Amino acid sequence: MPRSFAPFLSRRALLGAAGVAFVSATIPRWASAAGSRDPRLVVLILRGALDGLSATAPIGDPDYAALHGQLALQWDGDHPALRLGDFFGLNPAMVNFARLYAAKQALIVHATATNYRERSHFDGQDVLESGMATPGRVESGWLNRAVAALPKGERVAAAGALAVGATAPLVLRGPAPILGWAPSGLTPPTDDLVQRLMDLYRHADPALATALQAGLDADAMANKRGMDSLKPGGDVALAMRKAAEGAARLMSADDGPRIGALAVDGWDTHANEGGATGRLAQLLGGLDGVFAAFESELGPRWKDTVVVAITEFGRTARINGTTGTDHGTATVAFLAGGAVAGGRVVADWPGLKTADLYEERDLKPTTDLRAVLKGVLADHLGLSADTLARTVFPDSLGVRPMSGLIAA
Amino acid sequence: MSAADLAWRLAFNRFGLGARPGSRPLSGDPREALLSELAAPGGAKLDRSDLPSTPQILQEVYADELRRKMERQAEAATRRPAPDMPAPNEAAPIVAGPTAAPAPSGSAVAASMTSSEPAAAASMTPTREPRPEEKFFRADAQARLEQACSAPIGFLERLVAFWSNHFCVSAAKGNIGRAAAGAFEREAIRPFVVGRFADMLAAVERHPVMLNFLDNAQSVGPDSKAGRNRKVGLNENLAREILELHTMGVGSGYSQGDVAALARIITGWTFAGREGKLGEPGTFVFNAAAHEPGEDSLLGRVYAQDGVAQGEAAFADLAREGATATHVARKFARHFVADSPDPGLTRRLAEAFRDKDGDLGALARALVADEAAWSAPPTKIRNPWELTVAAYRAFARSPSDVLPALNALNLLGMPLWRPAGPNGFSDDSSDWASPEGVKMRVELAAQFARQVKDAPQPLALVEDILGPGASAATREAVARAESQEQAYALLILSPEFQRR
Repeated sequence: MPRSFAPFLSRRALLGAAGVAFVSATIPRWASAAGSRDPRLVVLILRGALDGLSATAPIGDPDYAALHGQLALQWDGDHPALRLGDFFGLNPAMVNFARLYAAKQALIVHATATNYRERSHFDGQDVLESGMATPGRVESGWLNRAVAALPKGERVAAAGALAVGATAPLVLRGPAPILGWAPSGLTPPTDDLVQRLMDLYRHADPALATALQAGLDADAMANKRGMDSLKPGGDVALAMRKAAEGAARLMSADDGPRIGALAVDGWDTHANEGGATGRLAQLLGGLDGVFAAFESELGPRWKDTVVVAITEFGRTARINGTTGTDHGTATVAFLAGGAVAGGRVVADWPGLKTADLYEERDLKPTTDLRAVLKGVLADHLGLSADTLARTVFPDSLGVRPMSGLIAA
Repeated sequence: MSAADLAWRLAFNRFGLGARPGSRPLSGDPREALLSELAAPGGAKLDRSDLPSTPQILQEVYADELRRKMERQAEAATRRPAPDMPAPNEAAPIVAGPTAAPAPSGSAVAASMTSSEPAAAASMTPTREPRPEEKFFRADAQARLEQACSAPIGFLERLVAFWSNHFCVSAAKGNIGRAAAGAFEREAIRPFVVGRFADMLAAVERHPVMLNFLDNAQSVGPDSKAGRNRKVGLNENLAREILELHTMGVGSGYSQGDVAALARIITGWTFAGREGKLGEPGTFVFNAAAHEPGEDSLLGRVYAQDGVAQGEAAFADLAREGATATHVARKFARHFVADSPDPGLTRRLAEAFRDKDGDLGALARALVADEAAWSAPPTKIRNPWELTVAAYRAFARSPSDVLPALNALNLLGMPLWRPAGPNGFSDDSSDWASPEGVKMRVELAAQFARQVKDAPQPLALVEDILGPGASAATREAVARAESQEQAYALLILSPEFQRR
């Protein structure tokens, strides 16, 4: 049974003594990174805003079940949540993550958000990936600037960073060299895009709706013949896993890239989100497969690896009229890898009473996501707090890197 | 939506190749804007020093063919099979390569993993020099895409595409077709899209690429010197398509006898080959030795001229046939306005064509001036070329690499300059809005959106590209998209962008 953290204490327990002492704490880490340790870092951008309360449910919070209604995870029933202690339960689709958590190679930061407080996907992703305090037209991302800030010739910087997909996500764009890789062939459009398009065509262009539906039906038949074992919607999970496996193989090479980034769409669950099963659970299952793929493909490199999954913001605490959730604020971040000091949920839990909710609707952010990311970059890659506050996450001097995320 | 907004959208979409960011004027008359594009000096010409003439192209192809023939013979002597390279247009990956030049270490990674899937995707394209036909095909394709992307509205380029499809050749017809399909368009179509139909017809039917495509280069008069000597004879292919497709149209009153007569009339219309026996290699020549001697009767008119003048006279008359005016007007209205256009519109266009002696500029101006061309609802589906170019324009994507566009056209069923037959690509919306066609549009739009860089915010782009008349449903879909990428895909796939 994984060790349980009292959710009201954990963040303070972690951050309590960080502060000024932190800068010097990074120096020995840097020395070791340059020596035998050979760190790898993968950033997964979950586009569309992940419902943190369905991914990692505060089942122990007395207000959760009522707010999240039909979507709420439970300790019992046909699809019980995976226990992360007495308070939080992990979505049952994430069995690999639960296993890593038990092995202290995975942790979750809850009630976290960037400093962005509006609810536009585009602006939220811009802030999440650019690392800037406000959305703008900055054409570089924090991960690229982090690589660019490493000393010249350093192993991580020398091999460049790997962008998985047809184009580099913003988080990885910038001055440092990028190596691109995409799974071969056409990446199928996400089910979500197709669904939205069908809705649009049904309203605005029935002829195109009919044609598209017929095309999809033909496709489904072809897929059924070719891939009997796949569940409906399972192709998304397969595509995610395939991308992760390919990326991990590239990154496992001695001279391969040490840094990678991958964006996954489809998290905007306004309707029929599902809880322990359903659409979101399928996506979480896909994400779970990504963690597993990196673990298995990186082999001996896994022990020096951190995989971080982050999203632009969370979703409403209360479900809406279409059994989904709308754009919200705080959510979760997932960290997994042999280098993660895992086995815990890091959260300064804000509570779910109406007065505790952000604008009386969203989980209130109590941990700045930038602190988490800065903590990883500092302790895993050896970047100084000064560099992190000036070039990687500009204007974030007041946001201290969270310490203790990386295993010593 | 105001009438002016609607008119601007039609100007860009029905007549042109789509708006570009910032190109939608806030005021002014869209009809005037279209007319002023038609009146631009040089019209639709594409004169660039890096695009050689057909004879230059064919001479390089001939030289390469000869060199490869010698190599094959040399290799056959040593009993080694000749390697064959796939046409790069077919083999090129649809997914764009690395977003930045891969660092040397990155290539090393790929090279070290040759057996794995990622390595296959990351591997570079072959560095061998492409064959001349491929090189010329791509250069002309590139130039066409650039011209289409940079046009103010794109009406002239739409006319080029229309006439090029009307008088289509195929890049699949041998090395000559592939190498010079673009040159054919430059030389026989572009100079005349606002000129005279008779001049375009004359230029098309004597162009080496057309003579090769429809086999007239090999057609020999049975009673000609060559015919008597060599037991070769007439090939009616080009003559039939001239009557059926290029001028009067099928079922318009000509007979099989007329087809044979026209075939005899244009015997000897050929081009000089590699050895240059008849003239400079790759140029049109009239080979008197293959020409059927004597007079011929076509559509009741007798043509007694000698040599090439006989065919020229026949073409001049065909251009003036009433059936030709009707045929052209119907295709023109069908292409620009509706699958089943208003018969009144077709009639008025035919009159304009006839009254102005086949002045194609006058025909285009008549379309712009006709109220029926503006009042018809936007039911036409953009064909793959129009859609691809419109997407490039809307997102200000650089046309500097034509391969992704060529691959999109292949996947959407409209490979550039390569229709299935001499009747060209369909102009019927249902052929493009087929189930697999629409599904492919979704896949390609999703992919295109993944590659978008530095585009304005999606809603601003909707405003700019689709105009104030974009439907609430489209705006809502774009506004609610879960990512910019998804929003851009939805913009491209919206009915307002797909239809014109």
